[in-house]
Amino acid sequence: MGFYDFAAISVCSASAFLERLHGCTTLVRVKTESAPATDNPGFSLPEPFLGWFASRGWQPRAHQLELLAETATGRSMLLIAPTGAGKTLAGFLPSLTDLAARGKPKPGTAGARSLHTLYISPLKALAVDIERNLARPVEEMALPVRIETRTGDTPQSKRARQRTDPPDILLTTPEQVSLLIANGHAERLFAGLRYVIFDELHSLIASKRGHLLSLALARLRKLAPGLQTIGLSATVADPVELQRWLVPQSPTTDELAGRITVAGGASPHITILESEERIPWSGHSARYAIPDVYQTIKDHRTTLIFVNTRSQAELLFQELWRINDDSLPIALHHGSLDAAQRRRVEAAMGRNELRAVVATSTLDLGIDWGDVDLVVHVGAPKGASRLAQRIGRSNHRMDEPSRAILTPANRFEVLECQAAIDANYVGAQDTPPGGDGGLDVLAQHVLGMAAASPFDADDLYREVSSASPYAQLDRETFDKIIEFVATGGYALKSYERYARIRKQPDGLWRISNPQVAQQYRLNIGTIIEAPMLNVRMTSRKNGTLTGRGGPPLGKVEEYFLETLTPGDTFLFSGKILRFEGIRENECMVSKAWDQDPKVPAYAGGKFPLSTYLADSVRAMIADPAKWGALPDQVSDWLRMQQQVSQLPARDSLLIETFPRAERFFMVLYPFEGRVAHQTLGMLLTRRLERLGAQPLGFVATDYSLAVWALEDMGALISDGRLDLGALFDEDMLGDDLDAWLNESWMLKRTFRACAVISGLIERRHPGKEKSGRQVTVSADLIYDVLRSHEPDHILLRATRADAAQGLLDIHRLGAMLKRIKGHIRHRALEHISPLAVPIMLEMGREPVTGEAHESILAEAAEDLLAEAQS
Amino acid sequence: MHGANAALTIETPASVPLTVDVTVNGTGVVCDSAGVAWLPGSGVLVVSDLHLEKGAAFARRGMMLPPYDTAATLARLAAAIARYNPRLVISLGDSFHDRTGSAHLPECYREQLQALQHGRQWTWIEGNHDPDRPVGLEGDFCNELHVETLIFRHEPKPGVTDGEVAGHLHPAARVVRRGKGVRRPCFASDGKRLLMPAFGSTTGGLELRHPAMRGLFDRTQLVAHLIGKERIYSVAFNRMNG
Repeated sequence: MGFYDFAAISVCSASAFLERLHGCTTLVRVKTESAPATDNPGFSLPEPFLGWFASRGWQPRAHQLELLAETATGRSMLLIAPTGAGKTLAGFLPSLTDLAARGKPKPGTAGARSLHTLYISPLKALAVDIERNLARPVEEMALPVRIETRTGDTPQSKRARQRTDPPDILLTTPEQVSLLIANGHAERLFAGLRYVIFDELHSLIASKRGHLLSLALARLRKLAPGLQTIGLSATVADPVELQRWLVPQSPTTDELAGRITVAGGASPHITILESEERIPWSGHSARYAIPDVYQTIKDHRTTLIFVNTRSQAELLFQELWRINDDSLPIALHHGSLDAAQRRRVEAAMGRNELRAVVATSTLDLGIDWGDVDLVVHVGAPKGASRLAQRIGRSNHRMDEPSRAILTPANRFEVLECQAAIDANYVGAQDTPPGGDGGLDVLAQHVLGMAAASPFDADDLYREVSSASPYAQLDRETFDKIIEFVATGGYALKSYERYARIRKQPDGLWRISNPQVAQQYRLNIGTIIEAPMLNVRMTSRKNGTLTGRGGPPLGKVEEYFLETLTPGDTFLFSGKILRFEGIRENECMVSKAWDQDPKVPAYAGGKFPLSTYLADSVRAMIADPAKWGALPDQVSDWLRMQQQVSQLPARDSLLIETFPRAERFFMVLYPFEGRVAHQTLGMLLTRRLERLGAQPLGFVATDYSLAVWALEDMGALISDGRLDLGALFDEDMLGDDLDAWLNESWMLKRTFRACAVISGLIERRHPGKEKSGRQVTVSADLIYDVLRSHEPDHILLRATRADAAQGLLDIHRLGAMLKRIKGHIRHRALEHISPLAVPIMLEMGREPVTGEAHESILAEAAEDLLAEAQS
Repeated sequence: MHGANAALTIETPASVPLTVDVTVNGTGVVCDSAGVAWLPGSGVLVVSDLHLEKGAAFARRGMMLPPYDTAATLARLAAAIARYNPRLVISLGDSFHDRTGSAHLPECYREQLQALQHGRQWTWIEGNHDPDRPVGLEGDFCNELHVETLIFRHEPKPGVTDGEVAGHLHPAARVVRRGKGVRRPCFASDGKRLLMPAFGSTTGGLELRHPAMRGLFDRTQLVAHLIGKERIYSVAFNRMNG
């Protein structure tokens, strides 16, 4: 990871930092055909770099030289290397050596008024760190190079100056690049651009942010046809996708950037927590393991404890402090906490004052804490790549193995953890594919390009489809997007006179007035946050609230607050809080003295179980020879399942039916992750209803799905009235899916994001700022109007595509239905099976998935009726 | 929702209340799930906050919202008028989303409105979005109107104003039962005052707990009549959360 090498500057001495910049001094195997650097005189550093390296007693590393040599031939390159390999310096060497050879550009020449190198990172903190850390070598070698950052925090005056008098190297974020290319100065600013360096490329490309960045890159290539790209990445499942992303695509050939892969260092040492306690059947709290986790904290210098959700973090933190008899400094870190509080934790960590930090994914990227000697992962890791990344937080030296302990919260998670360990040992990677470029993102980009200068639609189409996520974009869709940007793209053409962009007689599209450009600048970006409210502490005296309230504690999602009524208690910021109410845009809370919060708020599995891990879990269950690695209570459980029912096989679907408490249950074990199971549950209940089984509800976990009904589904299957082949036919993803989707709240939420990104709804209007709430309300109404009047509108198309990809996991469900076709095993049981126990326990805990109900209203109205009649 | 929801469905009586009769300051008012109020004693139909041409108003500012809101609102209004055949229609302010809305109203909508006005009286109450008389349309224009024991104006006046029927605030109520919340536009009345839901197709809502609602109602008497799918649900304010 590029920035791990740099970011540690604050925690170690400068010389230690420089060592990090260079990468550790141990030998690194390079998986390329080139010989080691020292044996190949063709790969050498120019002065003053050679002397500078020598003065430190360093050898340039083979991949650094190879990257230099490859880029010298004009190629764009992808460098895949693990933490600590000196990846970032490698990325900058081509640019720095070129700048050193060029010398100071003559005033008035193109070079003097244009950027030479762009460095783009997903985090602004990273850009700032890199600036600080590049400064020293540049200074020591007296290179004629000016380096600056540009982020959302850069003052307006400096930004303006950067446009007229740009530095040689600009370190920035994707959003800033989009702003720069939408500017009238873009042509001059980028005319001399030679290199674009993308740090942490693997974390960028699978998102809409990556889509927008790919479009920006396409524009940069047009402005500076000679530019070369350098991608820096951690190990990924499909490096070819990244190689494609880095270079322009054409309809006829598959263009790829070159690739250099540095092999990983020592294998991490990962174990599953050994506990004397009984591992629970279900749940996500891992409460049983708290004393053992506490003991491991005591046994290590500094422990990072990762969990999957914010509420898990809160719970674990509280439980650890409950038994923290030694008063160890244990801190909490998650994205909803107040930024100042997070900075304090980070600073304390930097000073090595903490023994443990309980954290969510906020720490997946970003800060490097050198002295961490153990990573504890609570809950299942959900994906091998995520696990590898998190484990990478400990011990950033390639030659020393990282140490990690996995702590499963329930029995299925034991299986998952074991599968993840096996995966990590074989170096499996399961990063998600980038996917097709979002149409909402394209709309935003098109408006930006019009803001930069008038464009010809043919040219822009060619440019856009040279970006790999948009290589498959057809012309008709592209034209629809232009119409959308101009007037909303409605069949009813009533907004022509209000068009934002217009085709001029010269054939070029041009913005109608300067305000359009201003509007674009205010609303750029693809990161849409759920509406959040500030949580503010207030005190209560004699049962009433006093004053305006105390310090802010952080932010919490509005939808969570909607489930609370005043007086409810919940966990936040490591405290049990009493919800007092919402005042304007703030959530007022007071200190509660309860032992346990009333509202547990388990916010579901945020991450789906990755396809790769799911397959490994299925394989492990199906093969008793692999059970040796599992704790006895887990292998006993599987053995019991074998006797009572049967084990789910790797390539088939096991369906169990059994009666229980006057209802009839059907439990499936697809192991495809909660999202796919929820979608399957929705579709199955629809079908079962049609087939007369009278389904009542369902519940889904990452591993299984349970449906319950009034009719005996087991009997229906056994006597042939219910055909399983037909029930699970792939055609359920056709009409049933469409019918369900159209009334689903999930689609509304997705629509809101698409509407904001595409510019249909503004985040901010010049002079006004909309609160999240206002956007939510109007987006829902717009969705309803649009769906009833123009169901084929381009934005609804974009919304459906998004939902299918992310929220519903349609792709995965489709692959599953295909895989199990003709391989469905049904077991009609008298009683619940051992494997079904976990999901049956979830039933009470998880709300039954469904839509907002009229029935809730009816029930409330009954109250009034009852009152009136009494 | 089908299977998942079925467990929660409650058997409703065969005849569900499409309307609810309330008494406001002694006058009988029918709250209709179509979002209109009907005064049977005087043959008056009341609608509030039509916000016609809201989409166009946004489009003028560069946000291309769907241009279907006016047509949808007018179609619903036409259905309500057809059902009651009122002597007088009161449009309780914010009939148009902005000042230029009525002047720029596309001809097809203008003709539709004129047809609705034909053969009956029509009163436009002045609203904060549309402080001027609508351009090119029939009807009286005023800021207040008295009918029976009621007084109609757009913005509710703070303090006790018996018999006031107002709009402006777009009232909505949130009902929570068994951990699930449902939010709907509503009529709100404590027997003295009536707040009308917004009728326009793309209008949002403001909850009864919002500070802007403070002091308007005697909350111990306040009942929200929530607009559901083809029926009205009446819930007492103090029972919103169960």
